[in-house]
Amino acid sequence: MTDQPTGVARAAATPTQPETVQRRRPATGDAAAGAGAGPGAPAGSGDLTDDLLRSDQWTDEMLRAAGIPVTDVPFVSIGGGIGSFVTVDYLRIAGVSADRIAVLTNLDFAWQTYEYLTRVSQIPKPERIRSDSASRPDNIWGFPSYALAEAVSERTFAPLWQVLIEPIGADYYTPKAGRVFAGLERESKRIGWSKMLVKGQVRMVRKRQGGGYFVILTPMVGSTLTKRLAYRAEFVHMAVGYPGLRFLPELQEFRTAHQDYHHVVSAYEEHEHVYEAARTKHLVVMLRGGGIVASRVLARLMDDRAKYGLSTEIVHLFRTYIASSHGPNAWNRRKGADGFAYQGFNYPKSVWGGQLKARMRKLEGEDRAAAYKLMGGTNTPFRRRWQAQMKEGREAGWYRTMAGTVEQMRLDQGKIVSVVKTQAGLVEVAADFVIDCTGLEADIAEHRVLADLLEHSGVGRNPVGRLDVERTFELRGAGSGPGVMYASGATTLGGYFPGVDTFLGLQVAAQEIADDLVRRGFCRRIGTFRSIQQWLRWARNKQP
Amino acid sequence: MLPTLGGRIQTRLVLLAVVGGLVTLIIGPLLPISAPLSVVYQDTFVILAAVAVLGVGWECVYHFVMQWRWEKDWPTLFGLVTAIPEGLAVWLLLQAGAIPGISGTVPGAAFVIDFVLVWLAVWLVANGPMRVPFIRWRFHGGRLV
Repeated sequence: MTDQPTGVARAAATPTQPETVQRRRPATGDAAAGAGAGPGAPAGSGDLTDDLLRSDQWTDEMLRAAGIPVTDVPFVSIGGGIGSFVTVDYLRIAGVSADRIAVLTNLDFAWQTYEYLTRVSQIPKPERIRSDSASRPDNIWGFPSYALAEAVSERTFAPLWQVLIEPIGADYYTPKAGRVFAGLERESKRIGWSKMLVKGQVRMVRKRQGGGYFVILTPMVGSTLTKRLAYRAEFVHMAVGYPGLRFLPELQEFRTAHQDYHHVVSAYEEHEHVYEAARTKHLVVMLRGGGIVASRVLARLMDDRAKYGLSTEIVHLFRTYIASSHGPNAWNRRKGADGFAYQGFNYPKSVWGGQLKARMRKLEGEDRAAAYKLMGGTNTPFRRRWQAQMKEGREAGWYRTMAGTVEQMRLDQGKIVSVVKTQAGLVEVAADFVIDCTGLEADIAEHRVLADLLEHSGVGRNPVGRLDVERTFELRGAGSGPGVMYASGATTLGGYFPGVDTFLGLQVAAQEIADDLVRRGFCRRIGTFRSIQQWLRWARNKQP
Repeated sequence: MLPTLGGRIQTRLVLLAVVGGLVTLIIGPLLPISAPLSVVYQDTFVILAAVAVLGVGWECVYHFVMQWRWEKDWPTLFGLVTAIPEGLAVWLLLQAGAIPGISGTVPGAAFVIDFVLVWLAVWLVANGPMRVPFIRWRFHGGRLV
């Protein structure tokens, strides 16, 4: 690693941060350089040279020497998913023109990954997602709410009644996936999303000497003369989403050892064949995990069972079995039963705007990590329909729950046998299919761009190991002269604001980022009059 | 709603002053009170002020009650049904002559119409339209400043 030409990134890493922040910096003199740094391309080739790969900070001249064309755009958002969309939407409404924003992405439309993940995890368009009525990524005001929009368009009072009596007299209202996608499509056209979109794979972000950043994009093959393009930006926004999924170790070992990607599946990958098989013969399906995806998969199995008159048996294994309400004291007690911890949304609702949001904003280090632990953990919403189905299954014996961990998995006469360590000792469970619904997430360093960032920019990790951001979502340690790098979404979990990887969380982040950009003179503040004026434009589907 | 204590109080005071004031102004002439309009306005605005002042105390109670909710939220319905104890309290104080500035007597029917309409208007605005002019309000626990 060299700090050529100035070594500012290393200087930026001086410890003005809370002591829980860990920085991933190689030892001084480590010549192995950063992630992915191999032999560089020759100068003038339009590709990354050795000099570029190894330097924390680049000059304009270095890019020129490498022959990489440079485009100037003041604000670049990396990712192009809903995190980028919500932030860019906010900036467009704040008056930033489309030609001052570039969204670098390999996605065709902002909700592409989200739509894929919801579909495979059993939320097709007509089904309802787990999100609040006023959490609208296509509407920064959250008004009209999804419930009101649904009531008007479907000419029914039912959604409004549900919002009125939730959560005491009814389950929380949640919007249908299809309505969310349709709204995003409308807003996407309104703000000129496609004009800001640049297709390709982002390779890295490096600081620029003199301020700002260079973002290196590998465009679609054959679309440009050079292999790489560079974007020179004063402000960079990272919204790359989940770095990746991890399997439970024993499931991964089984899949690798048996090369079986058919009988042991992740709920986040295509697994329709399991439901199809259940329609043709008697099956035993083992579910792992106690979160919303486990509930969704379970609901699909139970729905199909009832709809097609199937005999599917379900064995549900919880690592942490929640038998009753739990929490340290009377005013911090979450409901739970039958294995599940029950909570309307990912976090207690007030993290998105109320008491818990205000409290978390003040916590540092271990206190913050402890608060995350208290309110986090795997949980799922209490939905009356699911409760009735599970009760029926328990009584009839086709739905069984277990608590424990899997010691070993093996194949036996075509069945997958899991040896489960329970409190009562080892128990063997034979199943035709195992569906992993645990949704373990990979470390952020497994994402190539983030790994490069951790290596070269001076950013650190927060108390739960993700990217360390300020209350404004500025990446600590990544400042470059007047330039600022922001991050929002799942990669920032563990910061001063907990609900980052949710629609409303992305809007909270967008608002903080936009307000910070106002202070830096990049855009106008959305005050009362502009807000009303822009809402009226939104309502009439007019460009911001 | 997802309020903090400060946010609750600020929201109540501002909405009662603006929305409540507007509703009071509009419905004043239509209320079944046999008194000059100036007296009607005096009484209804004093009642509005009483709801605001007593409301600061009520909000402290609600905040305390909310601590027993895991979500630390204040469901939409709670914002509506709290009209009952609050309305009753103001009415009882009115009957006891404990609210200064009231001229004559306020008939029960007029009080109910006035109180319910003001409450409904404030509740409706707080549960939606408020987010349009005050875009940061919902993320700041209902605080306006």
